[in-house]
Amino acid sequence: MGAVVTELVRFSRRNTLSAIGGFVGLLIIFVALAAPFLAPRDPLKADFRRMNKPPDAQSLLGTDQVGRDTLSRVIYGTRTSLFVAFSAVLLGTTVGSLWGVACGYLRGRFDLVSQRIMEILQAFPDLILAMAISMAIGTGLPAVIFAIAITRIPFGGRVIRSVALSIRELPYVEAGRASGGSTLRIMALHVLPQCIAPYLVLATTHLGVAIVIEAALGFLGVGVPPPTPTWGNMLADSITGLVPPWWLALFPGVAITVTVLAFNLLGDGIRDTLDPRLSPAFLRMMAGGRRT
Amino acid sequence: MQKYLIRRVLFAVVTLFGVSISIFVIMRVLPGDPLVAILGVEGHARMTPADRERIMADLGLSAPLPVQYVRWLRDIGSGQLGKSFFRGDTVAEQIMHRGPISAEIAILSLIVSWLVGLPVGILSAFRPNSIPDAVARALSVLFIAIPGFWLGMLIVLASLFWFGYKTPMVIVQLWQNPWENLQIVIGPGIVLGLAQGAYIARMSRSCLLEVIGEDFVRTARAKGLKEGLVVMRHALPNALLPVITISGVLLGFVLGGSVAVEQAFGVPGLGRAMVSAVIERDIIVVQNLVLLYAVIFVLVNVLVDLSYAWLDPRIRYS
Repeated sequence: MGAVVTELVRFSRRNTLSAIGGFVGLLIIFVALAAPFLAPRDPLKADFRRMNKPPDAQSLLGTDQVGRDTLSRVIYGTRTSLFVAFSAVLLGTTVGSLWGVACGYLRGRFDLVSQRIMEILQAFPDLILAMAISMAIGTGLPAVIFAIAITRIPFGGRVIRSVALSIRELPYVEAGRASGGSTLRIMALHVLPQCIAPYLVLATTHLGVAIVIEAALGFLGVGVPPPTPTWGNMLADSITGLVPPWWLALFPGVAITVTVLAFNLLGDGIRDTLDPRLSPAFLRMMAGGRRT
Repeated sequence: MQKYLIRRVLFAVVTLFGVSISIFVIMRVLPGDPLVAILGVEGHARMTPADRERIMADLGLSAPLPVQYVRWLRDIGSGQLGKSFFRGDTVAEQIMHRGPISAEIAILSLIVSWLVGLPVGILSAFRPNSIPDAVARALSVLFIAIPGFWLGMLIVLASLFWFGYKTPMVIVQLWQNPWENLQIVIGPGIVLGLAQGAYIARMSRSCLLEVIGEDFVRTARAKGLKEGLVVMRHALPNALLPVITISGVLLGFVLGGSVAVEQAFGVPGLGRAMVSAVIERDIIVVQNLVLLYAVIFVLVNVLVDLSYAWLDPRIRYS
């Protein structure tokens, strides 16, 4: 435990920004978990005496067209958005990464066929593919998660595959083969652990992407169906009127931006720590340090 | 070069073939009964079996799947792309009508991204860790995180308040009235361009910094060239290749993102056609539009690879 804390302190000292990102990320996760305790009102309860109210003391972020409290809806939206993003990444990025490990280690025909499949998946723009899939299997929470997860698979497959390709040539993996370990055992115990670091980088960045795709799907009316509060749905609701109330358009977007920013910064920091070749400090060193 | 070109194009054709099969499968097999997809569960339940069969036959959906797929390929070959379920026009007509606007937006955003991203990246790399560099990096991190459609919404909102902006209701093509056309495409173009520009600034900065550390740059400095000349003439051309690649990859982001951004600006482009087709569950339109997006994306990446080979002889001859 102590070692973990020391490591965390060292990480935050070197990557202040990503430490802040991580902290904000944790805060957002807390908001998602504690939504029922934090939200001042029921996010689904309409109040026709208080429709389209700008922010005031009673409802801090205003109310929407049917009098629902914007703050409560943003807080509950955190729940939906994070749930969708985490599930999609856990499903898509993980499946893709495991597939990538198998491709990189097994090579041969399996790899060749898999790479063609990845290429086909990557030929679709993310949002377009997610729209088509969620249309095909219906617009519910699981459908949205599944649709976003599919778009994450090829990235895992590509990045982790290249890592596995280089690891399979290392002496210790060869030693594992020589001592008669089965293919599955070598993949699981020798190759897989080395892929965890790049997987973490990938997953953190994908969290941000998944949140944006989910919001875009909601905004386009093909995401998690209303009245479930999601940030995308709220943005879609806000432009139904002729003159959209600014508070309805502003706050859900701020929530998306802050969340994506937090995860991106965290991902950058993890990448810099795990892959120093990409860190600014190293690049500065390469630049000869004369322009600092 | 020729061999490389042929191989690359061949691969792209195979990929697109796979793309067409997958989108066909997604549209036909996953929903089970396409009529449920079109009419909704309730609408489907209300019809008699005879009605269902008649509609299915009308739409050409009752034939076996391989036959339907071949028919679709034939429709693509004829250039008509099949008919919309709900509108009288063919998908090809929709694309001809709405496509130019979306293409303009994509091209405009590409221009904006390079015009903004590259100078910012160069400026950052010139003085790493200076204040302008810090500002540029903060802005690029921010613009990567901001969803384009939300930025678009805010811009529309602000213009509503301050300029009495109206969302465009009809399509004005470039050749009909360039000025009004520009007013339609400029907002989405800039919003999508800024997001791409942020990636380009980031990429060009880190690539430039990497190249600046190499021996030939030291040589150029050692023989007394001015710093500006060193960066622009010696370092920049070598740093541009990865930036071009990322610009090609970003096109996927633009194609997808433009759907939401067009919606935010109320621009009646291809993205809007895609959204309404998805909501109306018009599977013929959706499958053709998805294929179109994939074709554009794959072709542009072939072009990027070819330009890469053209710019870097090491790739050409391996």
